Amino acid sequence: MERKTIDLEQGWDYMQTGIAKLKRILEGLPEPAFDSEQYMMLYTTIYNMCTQKPPHDYSQQLYDKYREAFEEYINSLVLPALREKHDEYMLRELVKRWSNHKVMVRWLSRFFHYLDRYFIARRSLPPLNEVGLTCFRDLVYNELHSNVRDAVIALIDKEREGEQIDRTLLKNVLDIYVEIGMGHMDRYEEDFESYMLQDTASYYSRKAISWIQEDSCPDYMLKSEECLKKERERVSHYLHSSSEPKLVEKVQQELLVVFATQLLEKEHSGCRALLRDDKVDDLSRMYRLYHKIPRGLEPVANIFKQHVTAEGNALVQHAEDAATNQAVSTAGVQEQVLIRKVIELHDKYMVYVTECFQNHTLFHKALKEAFEIFCNKTVAGSSSAELLATFCDNILKKGGSEKLSDEAIEDTLEKVVKLLAYISDKDLFAEFYRKKLARRLLFDRSANDDHERSILTKLKQQCGGQFTSKMEGMVTDLTLARENQNNFEEYLANNPAANPGIDLTVTVLTTGFWPSYKSFDINLPSEMVKCVEVFKGFYETKTKHRKLTWIFSLGTCHINGKFDQKSIELVVSTYQAAVLLLFNSSDRLSYTEIMSQLNLSHEDLVRLLHSLSCAKYKILTKEPSTKTVSQTDVFEFNTKFTDRMRRIKIPLPPVDERKKVVEDVDKDRRYAIDAAIVRIMKSRKVLGHQQLVSECVEQLSRMFKPDIKAIKKRMEDLITRDYLERDKENPNTFRYLA
Amino acid sequence: MRRSASKKSSQPTSVNSITSSATDLFRSASSKASSKEMERIDNLFYQYANRSSNMIDPEGVEELCSDLEVSHTDIRILMLAWKMKAEKQGYFTLEEWRRGLKALRADTLSKMKKALPELEKEVRRPSNFADFYAYAFRYCLTEEKQKSIDIETICQLLDIVLGSTFRAQVDYFVEYLKIQNDYKVINMDQWMGFYRFCNEISFPDMTNYNPELAWPLILDNFVEWMREKQA
Repeated sequence: MERKTIDLEQGWDYMQTGIAKLKRILEGLPEPAFDSEQYMMLYTTIYNMCTQKPPHDYSQQLYDKYREAFEEYINSLVLPALREKHDEYMLRELVKRWSNHKVMVRWLSRFFHYLDRYFIARRSLPPLNEVGLTCFRDLVYNELHSNVRDAVIALIDKEREGEQIDRTLLKNVLDIYVEIGMGHMDRYEEDFESYMLQDTASYYSRKAISWIQEDSCPDYMLKSEECLKKERERVSHYLHSSSEPKLVEKVQQELLVVFATQLLEKEHSGCRALLRDDKVDDLSRMYRLYHKIPRGLEPVANIFKQHVTAEGNALVQHAEDAATNQAVSTAGVQEQVLIRKVIELHDKYMVYVTECFQNHTLFHKALKEAFEIFCNKTVAGSSSAELLATFCDNILKKGGSEKLSDEAIEDTLEKVVKLLAYISDKDLFAEFYRKKLARRLLFDRSANDDHERSILTKLKQQCGGQFTSKMEGMVTDLTLARENQNNFEEYLANNPAANPGIDLTVTVLTTGFWPSYKSFDINLPSEMVKCVEVFKGFYETKTKHRKLTWIFSLGTCHINGKFDQKSIELVVSTYQAAVLLLFNSSDRLSYTEIMSQLNLSHEDLVRLLHSLSCAKYKILTKEPSTKTVSQTDVFEFNTKFTDRMRRIKIPLPPVDERKKVVEDVDKDRRYAIDAAIVRIMKSRKVLGHQQLVSECVEQLSRMFKPDIKAIKKRMEDLITRDYLERDKENPNTFRYLA
Repeated sequence: MRRSASKKSSQPTSVNSITSSATDLFRSASSKASSKEMERIDNLFYQYANRSSNMIDPEGVEELCSDLEVSHTDIRILMLAWKMKAEKQGYFTLEEWRRGLKALRADTLSKMKKALPELEKEVRRPSNFADFYAYAFRYCLTEEKQKSIDIETICQLLDIVLGSTFRAQVDYFVEYLKIQNDYKVINMDQWMGFYRFCNEISFPDMTNYNPELAWPLILDNFVEWMREKQA
């Protein structure tokens, strides 16, 4: 059957009935829903009108009428309804109208669907869905969006002040902004979000201004943390998720960034005070808040560093003051206490770094820098390197001042090695440590071999093999020496003629490993001379190519003193023994006579005679019996001397080795600087002065911090020795001379 | 070996026969003149030379100085030595003498006297002065393998060489050298460094002095000492 052509007006009238029905449904009027026949009729009408032969193909007209339908509806019913409402009521109406509109679009686009299939594609026109939404946007949204925005923001601020608001409503409203963008977020961002962010900023700015005046730092931080939490919740409840980072940033900016300095530096509750009062929770909060702000942690780390430095400096000052106030004999104690306290300080603040500050590198760095500042201060004339070495000595030697369990010792040694990292003059520490180690090893004063080895292992791990190679050599030497001694005793057993008649123990040391000792040409008593000869004979049977240099200053001698009351065994140094043995041939000797017989320096002789005549045990009597030895004194063997012990040790006060150690280290440093300069120049060939200096400093930094002037001096020396020359064109550049 | 005074370069044997006689004539004429000049120069030399060593020794130099009416500590004698490229301080060999006087175009004492101002001008030209300054140092190295000069000699030398141009710097530096203990001798690098100092650093404010650059350490110390004095 031939289809009857539908006239436009006719067809449209029919469509209007459908549209009218839809409107009634949307307005909430009692109206039955569309049934499938009605739907189909409407669809087919459109279909027919579009597929009719020209001039009755009404696609274009229908397309336009489709849009007009919306426009008419919006203008006549929707807009008036919205215009008469305000604030929250307006929002509700808008949500309702939008929802309705979407329904209308859905239904109408179904009726007019045929247009979507061919017409719009052919003419490259927007699809029905878009047309429908665009109507709403152009007519409703564009007119109302700023009012809507203001209403929404007002509600948000209300909620901020603690009032309850209809979150679902807000979510629905904001969804409109998103959906009206039709795939883009620009409507949401430009028409709503940017204003909301600005409002947020001013809101929190106001709050911050009043809080910063009234609240303590911890309270302010608590409030800030709470605000951030609430804003995040706000996003999850009704804002679009993309707003979260921007919102958080604004809140952080107003609350934490703008007033950062005032907050952190609040006098009685700011960062410094929190550190002082060990307010761990507040500090953790501070870290959490400032962690996400770019460069936000820097001021906190700075205050932390200043605080630790101040505490460290106070400890050092305390020790310095105590040392100057006390008598010389107890001076050493203060320094030991200082090291202990520094270790405790380190432990305490390391906990802060790992827990409050979540192991953040900024804080590790701050701690390190703080310790580097005060750990390099001198206390009562001793450098920190020396103090640390003495501290180790006390732990490792027998009868040291620290009485600790094995585990505690291990733990302390571990901590000491960590402290070493902060000391710039590591080579100075090595030298002091070596000297004291030598004494412990040679005089059998080491308390525990395992601990000795353990600390060397730890030092090796931290500072490299070169640092500990000599010390390890020293420990090995002792083991070899014992073996050697056994061989010597065997030799003596096999060669009774060679026996010197005295029990002799010799420890042979490898020169490179041990600290350098001065050896004097003291005139030994004949008994000792024989010993030396005998051992030399033995040693030559073992190796032909080594030279033995005797260090008598390190020797110990057991001498029987036949006093009137009883014989007492005297444990003395070799030098003291040499002095005493002189009295076997004469009862009285003047200072000058002893001097000429022994051939020692005045300084040494005075020390020796003092220890034998003016100290606790007066083995010799001195005329006149003043407290100090002078060159005119006369000495006599004190036959009247006695003591309740059968064996006494007569100590020689140790020479102050500090000066020598510092001298030795300075010398080594000169060589090290020379070597570094030559090494750098050899590889670079030509280098500017400043670069050379900075590379030099870097290369040497593992062992010590070289003085710039010292580097310059070494460079001059190398120029004179023709290793380097100044460039002819540029006096600030140097060339390597092969 | 006699040097030809002729400006012509000595041609190899293949010379154009037409001009050969002319050049021969010219050469013989100029060589006659030059030999006369050389004779006078030599004669002048022998007036001051020591008979046995065949060199002008310090005594001869003093005599020369008084004849020239110049003090023997005057910089101009040093300049003369420089012109001669004399190697040993206080002595002039015949060759050096010839070299110097030839260059000065002087074969009599009066010509020498007249040549001195011109010589001074030449030496003071910036392009020459640095060379002269370095020469002055080397000239004072008396021993073989000697690389440094003692403080006292340096002080005198500074006064002679730089005294007229950098009076203030020389005076202060000399004062400093005498009281400091770090250095007992000065080497060439330090010597040249001071010259650079005088030329580049404004004095006495020394505001453009930067100790982080490669100035010799002694100058760093000098500047520090000066600053302390000024404070």
